[in-house]
Amino acid sequence: MFDKLRKLQYLLVIIGIALIYGINLLSLHINPYYLQIIIFSGINIILAVSLNVINGLCGQFSLGHAGFMAVGAYLSAFLTYYYQVPFPLALIAGGLASGVIGIGVGTPTLRLRGDYLAIATLGMGEIIRVILFNLDIIGGARGFPGISKYTDFFWVYLVVILVILSSYNLLKSPQGRAILSIREDEIAAEAMGVDTTRFKIFAFVFGAFWAGIAGGLWAHYLQFLHPSSFTFMKSVEILVMIVIGGLGSIGGSAISAVFLTFLPEALRYIKVIFNTTVDPRMVIYSLLLILTMLLRPQGLIGGYRRKVKNQ
Amino acid sequence: MISEILQQLINGIALGSIYALIALGYTMVYGILRLINFAHGDIYMVGAFAGYFAITSFHWGIMPAFLFAMIVCAILGVSIERFAYRPLRMAPRIAALTTAIGVSLLLENLGVILWSPTPRAFPQVLSLKIYESIYQRFGVIVNNRQLVILSVSIGLMILLQFIVNRTKIGMAMRAVSFDRETAWMMGVNIDYVISFTFAIGSMLAAAGGVLVGIYFNRIDPLMGVMPGVKAFVAAVLGGIGSIPGAMVGGFVLGIAEILVSAFIASTYRDAIAFAILIIILLVKPSGIFGIITREKV
Amino acid sequence: MKRLVSLAVVVGLLLTGILPVYGAETIKVGLITPLTGAIATFGQSVDKGVRMAVDEINAKGGVLGAKLELTVEDNQAKAEESANIARKFIEQNKVIAIIGPVISSNVLAVAPIAQQSKVPLITPTGTNPRVTQVGNYIFRACFIDDFQGTVMARFAKTGLSKKANTAAILYEKTSDYSIGLVKYFKESFQKLGGKVVAEESFSSGDQDFSAQLTKIKGRNPDILYVPSYYDTAGLIIKQARELGIMAPILGGDGFDSPQLAELAGKENLKDCYFSGHFFSGSSAPQVRTFVANYKKRYNAVPDMLGALGYDAVYMLADAIKRAGKVDKDAIRDALAVTKGLKLVTGTITLDENRNPIKSAVIIGFDSNGNQVYKTTVNPPKK
Repeated sequence: MFDKLRKLQYLLVIIGIALIYGINLLSLHINPYYLQIIIFSGINIILAVSLNVINGLCGQFSLGHAGFMAVGAYLSAFLTYYYQVPFPLALIAGGLASGVIGIGVGTPTLRLRGDYLAIATLGMGEIIRVILFNLDIIGGARGFPGISKYTDFFWVYLVVILVILSSYNLLKSPQGRAILSIREDEIAAEAMGVDTTRFKIFAFVFGAFWAGIAGGLWAHYLQFLHPSSFTFMKSVEILVMIVIGGLGSIGGSAISAVFLTFLPEALRYIKVIFNTTVDPRMVIYSLLLILTMLLRPQGLIGGYRRKVKNQ
Repeated sequence: MISEILQQLINGIALGSIYALIALGYTMVYGILRLINFAHGDIYMVGAFAGYFAITSFHWGIMPAFLFAMIVCAILGVSIERFAYRPLRMAPRIAALTTAIGVSLLLENLGVILWSPTPRAFPQVLSLKIYESIYQRFGVIVNNRQLVILSVSIGLMILLQFIVNRTKIGMAMRAVSFDRETAWMMGVNIDYVISFTFAIGSMLAAAGGVLVGIYFNRIDPLMGVMPGVKAFVAAVLGGIGSIPGAMVGGFVLGIAEILVSAFIASTYRDAIAFAILIIILLVKPSGIFGIITREKV
Repeated sequence: MKRLVSLAVVVGLLLTGILPVYGAETIKVGLITPLTGAIATFGQSVDKGVRMAVDEINAKGGVLGAKLELTVEDNQAKAEESANIARKFIEQNKVIAIIGPVISSNVLAVAPIAQQSKVPLITPTGTNPRVTQVGNYIFRACFIDDFQGTVMARFAKTGLSKKANTAAILYEKTSDYSIGLVKYFKESFQKLGGKVVAEESFSSGDQDFSAQLTKIKGRNPDILYVPSYYDTAGLIIKQARELGIMAPILGGDGFDSPQLAELAGKENLKDCYFSGHFFSGSSAPQVRTFVANYKKRYNAVPDMLGALGYDAVYMLADAIKRAGKVDKDAIRDALAVTKGLKLVTGTITLDENRNPIKSAVIIGFDSNGNQVYKTTVNPPKK
């Protein structure tokens, strides 16, 4: 049975790649505004799905995801700008660098429980940002302009396919079960012989790697980088995506990522209807967070039913 | 040179007392609920605005303004607990934390919409007085506002210690933070105790907000973000759940921040707070005064 | 089922964007400005100035017989938000020009898009020289950092009653504006023979500068240069004076706001000077009219950002008039040769890099915290 599924998967992937290649050729004719939103949606999907592996599958509350994204963004831009490294290689390098940072973040925080871990990761994200502000070679507070526009529909959605595929395969694999067990009951998992240390770090590295690649895609689309794009607020935005998508649900994360990318654009039209410039976006996000947790913790969009663990 | 070091120490103590005031609220709520109330920094902000409006719109004096701010924030804190945190008391940590982040964002953005993001100058109700004699003797400038902040912080801490250690409600608070279920079985009204804790913590934050308004002269809806995080670091540093710890943590953080800024590099000032946080979490997560508890299955 | 519903919602939202916008023949202009977020106060000032200008022009019949149609979007000072809005303005709203964004880092995110789509963009307040280097469709209404930094350095060295030989700098390391001004101030000051004895920094949002100021006080500088916006500069001036630093404090156009006196404390503004675009107490007719109208409409004295926003619109209107038609390329060409245009913030002529050549005024304060005109500095002759 598994063999058949595997072969089906390969077939689907090949079809998928051909499809997005084709769409990419067409994309030159789409309204650039829509194309931009679609590309940002794709990048957000990658960010949400990768964070979901850390927070949703492994249960480690990480609030520093923007930091991983930043590392990948700056490193890949640095490589293409100064050393003309080919785009795919630069992306991977960015991802790997973020992965290394993921090890750096994951290792010391292993012993920390939920809330402490959250704050520690928040701190790590902020430290990364402060360092970026102080590195003049990548612009610091003046920003890093002039990055070449290598990102297009094909690259973004190729990575989207890869990240969803790898997350799904991870979920279904024995390693995935180990990771899930850490989320469900870490002490029991440890007692059952699961090497929680190794798997927690693995989750962080996995999440960080893809976030780094998302950062690289971002950098080569926006063509400009500034540390203020990678604040705690950015991490919170990604968090909102996986919360309303349902922690642990890959599909849910993807759908809510798209939804939350389109929402601000749709809100612009609503603002016109109400004739106001007050952007309710942040108030809506905060209410979404609160209400989701209170009323439907398993997520608003899609997702499997997750038991709410009793204390 | 000596006078410069002394001056920096004084700067650090003044800054530290502000962190300490806010940290007290964090530590109390964490002690009793094991929840990092992300919104605490924003309650401090609301306190500052409440004081501001009390003085400018109602034309009250400084003491009534203080009381007004404290009452407003107590109500706010208790309401937040009642509607956003209480339903999640049995839920996993992540849920409560996420909600806390949501509440924090909500307060900040409502503040921006209602009060406009433009910073406001806090009315100068406490005219500045510099102590010339100290300046002549030691070459350092100490002003009356610094003394006010310091004395209010220490005064409130002593009051708080008294409440927690010498009163019945204080005993209830300690009991609930030690073992909630047993306290409940012993007849302690958990909801009431938790609400009371939130009220006190919020009142402290409000006092901090008004003092900061007087000291720094500037308030805006986003003013609680950074001090909130730093006060949390201070609370962790001192041992989260410990009241003397919050005070000590606040002062240590304030002084450390100033000294690093002065003698190493001011560019990394913000990073210091985070660096201290991470080091403490790695080396001794229970903080200076905290007790290491074994995690029971 | 649930997924279908959410997908339907998403598609529905998408469709609302396809609905065409009906309206009379108007000149569509888009404003990108931060109305919320950390620098919302600046973004709102620009918004106020722009709206007032647009309404004024429309009240007089518009430009070339057509009214200006202004669409304002809040970019929250975010780069990707700015890019999204720019695309929307260009593709959906079909604007013929974009005004904004307000800070240089946001402009740098938008400029490539505007340039590529050949839509003229005027930033009222972005001071980083690199902004106009992106392409010939990018313009600005304000000084660039070089000029302001140099002006103040020269003033410090030669214009004060007690000429300064040493300077201390306290700058905002997370602000493009601050970093830019400091760079050129330092260069000029040192070239003129001055010595920088202390260089301290802080992050945006900091409120406590006691550590840095105490250190600076120890070095005993002749002047203190604080290139920040008024919301921070006000605090710095107050704390500096309270710590006993009595040396003159110099700044850039960011000081220009009535809030400076409120935050710093009137008495502390003695011996503070800044380089500005205009003097709100000036007797020049366009300034007086502007200030009076602004006060009437918004019940507040305008700050420099409001004035620049206002001027950016008039720059555009003037170019449209000269172009003779509502055509992006023609407007761009007309903008590029803007010459001798009398605006609130000075008489504007754009140089070959599309930056304005205009004089700076140096403004001081009296004992009541009111602005007092000191002198005018003209740009170097080419």
